[in-house]
Amino acid sequence: MLQKLYDWVDERVDITPLWRDIADHEVPEHVNPAHHFSAFVYCFGGLTFFVTVIQILSGMFLTMYYVPDIENAWRSVYYLQTEVAHGQIVRGMHHWGASVVIVMLFLHTLRVFFQGAYKKPRELNWMVGVLLFFIMLGLGLTGYLLPWDNKAYFATQVTLEIAEKVPFIGEATKTLMAGDPNIVGAQTLTRFFAIHVFFLPAALFALMAVHFILIRKQGISGPL
Amino acid sequence: MSEKRQQVSRRQFLNYTLTGVGGFMAAGMLAPMVRFAIDPALQASSKGDFKAVEDVENITEEPTRIDWEIDQVDAWYESTVTKTAWVYKDENGDIVALSPICKHLGCMVTWAGNDDYPDQFYCPCHDGRYYKSGENVPNTPPPEGLDFYEYKIEDGTLLLGPTKPRGEA
Repeated sequence: MLQKLYDWVDERVDITPLWRDIADHEVPEHVNPAHHFSAFVYCFGGLTFFVTVIQILSGMFLTMYYVPDIENAWRSVYYLQTEVAHGQIVRGMHHWGASVVIVMLFLHTLRVFFQGAYKKPRELNWMVGVLLFFIMLGLGLTGYLLPWDNKAYFATQVTLEIAEKVPFIGEATKTLMAGDPNIVGAQTLTRFFAIHVFFLPAALFALMAVHFILIRKQGISGPL
Repeated sequence: MSEKRQQVSRRQFLNYTLTGVGGFMAAGMLAPMVRFAIDPALQASSKGDFKAVEDVENITEEPTRIDWEIDQVDAWYESTVTKTAWVYKDENGDIVALSPICKHLGCMVTWAGNDDYPDQFYCPCHDGRYYKSGENVPNTPPPEGLDFYEYKIEDGTLLLGPTKPRGEA
């Protein structure tokens, strides 16, 4: 049945080369933990991606209940966590995943660094990776404010103060981030929300695409 | 290896195993999220409370609009909303409390809302009409009569509760 459905589409659109190009390729021996167990260090990039997928999915579901408004943000989070079935789990996945993704990203970076896998011709992919790291940090920073509890509020207060200390453009930066020169409030929350769910994910997807296209194009770096 | 034909090749076995494990992991990840998303559809619907709205002796045989307020809990948002009923006594002296919500597409009907039909409920949206009993006038848009409010009388006071459709009366 499934085979027939697949054949029907494939006959018309020729999708086999498409997915073969993505999914069907040799894994070099030095990257395969079945040959050398120490090759597990190559998993961290994939694990980062896996946790990112969890973050995207759980985040999508959380926005079904969350409201980015200072009157209702905390209450909606409290509601989804205490009244909605599995709210604890879904929010927990997003909360803990945010930390796990940074850990995985860091381990991935360490592996690439200590194996020298960033060297020519892969410098460009290292730069894209560093940008991805900054975007992840940005996602963590903006997401931290969204529950609108005391920890979120004062963490953001401190962040904005740090941004303000930048010479010359500090104050403008702070105002741009907070939406107001003095208040951390309604506009800050909506801005952080928009950045957290639209702007940064868009940049994340674009850079991830580049990251993956480059790795397929250049192949995994050779054995040490 | 025996002479027997191999039922499952190594490649197939690995494919099945990977698909199975992958599917299990994906399901484990998605199950809480899906349950989370469909929660509103699985919440037990709360039965509306009865609220005192009017003294019975003030109710006449002419349908009169009665507004009253109820406390509504909408997830994290609590508010007071106004409910409306058209109330009168029928020829036996029994209370009739009709929902003002048109059964066509949910607009608000008004008693004698159209000068051409002073003895009917009228819906301005698509000229839907109902007789005083709440039965829909044939050949106007509404497919059925107006809903009734459930009511109680305590110490000469009328209490109105949730509505119920005619079919279940």
